[in-house]
Amino acid sequence: MVVAVEYISKEESDDAESAVHGVTGILAVQGAFAEHAAVLDKLGAPWKLLRAAEDFDDSIDRVILPGGESTTQGKLLHSTGLFEKIDAHVKAGKPVFGTCAGMILLAKKLDNDPNVYFGALDAVVRRNAYGRQLGSFAVTANFGRPGFPDYIADFPLVFIRGPYVASVGPEATVETEVDGHAVALRQGKILATAFHPELTDDARIHELFLTL
Amino acid sequence: MAGNRAELNRNLAQMLKGGVIMDVTTPEQAKIAQDAGACAVMALERIPADIRAAGGVSRMSDPAMIKGIQEAVSIPVMAKVRIGHIAEARILQAIDIDYIDESEVLSPADDVYHIDKNQFDVPFVCGAKNLGEALRRIAEGAAMIRTKGEPGTGDVIQAVRHMRTMNKQIHELVSLRDDEVYEAAKQLAVPYDLAKYVHDNGRLPVVNFAAGGVATPADAALMMELGAEGVFVGSGIFKSGDPAKRAAAIVKATANWQDADLLAKLSENLGEAMVGINEDEIQTIMAARGE
Repeated sequence: MVVAVEYISKEESDDAESAVHGVTGILAVQGAFAEHAAVLDKLGAPWKLLRAAEDFDDSIDRVILPGGESTTQGKLLHSTGLFEKIDAHVKAGKPVFGTCAGMILLAKKLDNDPNVYFGALDAVVRRNAYGRQLGSFAVTANFGRPGFPDYIADFPLVFIRGPYVASVGPEATVETEVDGHAVALRQGKILATAFHPELTDDARIHELFLTL
Repeated sequence: MAGNRAELNRNLAQMLKGGVIMDVTTPEQAKIAQDAGACAVMALERIPADIRAAGGVSRMSDPAMIKGIQEAVSIPVMAKVRIGHIAEARILQAIDIDYIDESEVLSPADDVYHIDKNQFDVPFVCGAKNLGEALRRIAEGAAMIRTKGEPGTGDVIQAVRHMRTMNKQIHELVSLRDDEVYEAAKQLAVPYDLAKYVHDNGRLPVVNFAAGGVATPADAALMMELGAEGVFVGSGIFKSGDPAKRAAAIVKATANWQDADLLAKLSENLGEAMVGINEDEIQTIMAARGE
């Protein structure tokens, strides 16, 4: 579903301007950032698009790295100066949520690409792991484990030229697997999914992120 | 829900938003485009300006050439088929292309029918000059729309006209009473359910990019200002003096189109822009192909 028309020009939620903290900054250099904004609005959580370094002010407590093209986003992160801001945020152990390209930006290593961006998530991630667009798919799976906190049953997973986790280090925990491959990881306040919760009507993973 | 192929194909266009899709003719150009930050490339044998100059029939590119570009880059690769050429589209689907552009830039294969894109697993993007064309292409299965503009001219006026026309018609449709939408659908020559979608949501049900005549960072910023969700740049990059620099500047201008100080910096010393042809000087109006 495409996002509502107001998100084509909306730069922040109505309550974000006056907020002194508690705002989620959404990286908005390229990709499906408006979709995340729409989910946060549904949850009543303040948000602000991060297009330039000066957008990252003291009100930003958590960061979302959206889907899109990781190579494009990687270049624009550096040219806008947002890289240093978000890197400091991640290194300080503050909450960050990466979906698809966002997972790639967070990974310590990519097994089919020499680039490393934030290098925080203890995992080796494979870009375009399911092939080209004809390999894109949707399935339903559980997030977490039954009986454990934050368990989310039957979550719709949408993979668009998605990555998967080729190997996981000791610091990260696998939350979801599809066909034996890890596709959602958690590490402290880092949440990373190879799929796109923002493309569905299901806001439960965003809700969980807001509690981190 | 995103369970079906049509939805997954619309979703890929969502991932391209805010980005620049660049025409490339060789693996080397594709790498330059990717290094500059393109979110996808369009593989074709000749860019529109050269098609225009050469004349003659213009067809789908050699699959070997397209495969060379698929191997050279990790970003999505698109390629063009002639309007109505079902077999060319099947060939591109067979080589696992990420997006097919059923494009007026090539010589049309059919002067009546477009491809029934609903029959394909691979997504299609189509050009449109107005809301009626856009919704007809979506009814046929297009998962993404772009303005037609006038390819290969370096003149942005037609892309602007098409984007403004589409947005004006969307606003008009939104302003109607519910019981007037039936007649509007008839006037636009589109299915009622799509007219109703636009009436209720104030936008197309798919992502809408600008294309055709974008040559400078300022052109890209202008199209974003007018409501484009991203930009295609065809001849504008590799017909210019310094393609790598111009490509990177257009990517940054598209991402930060509201930042005039940045646009001023990006527009400095880009070297020669493509020469360009004014719309009243051109022989072939590509935008008139396929209504």
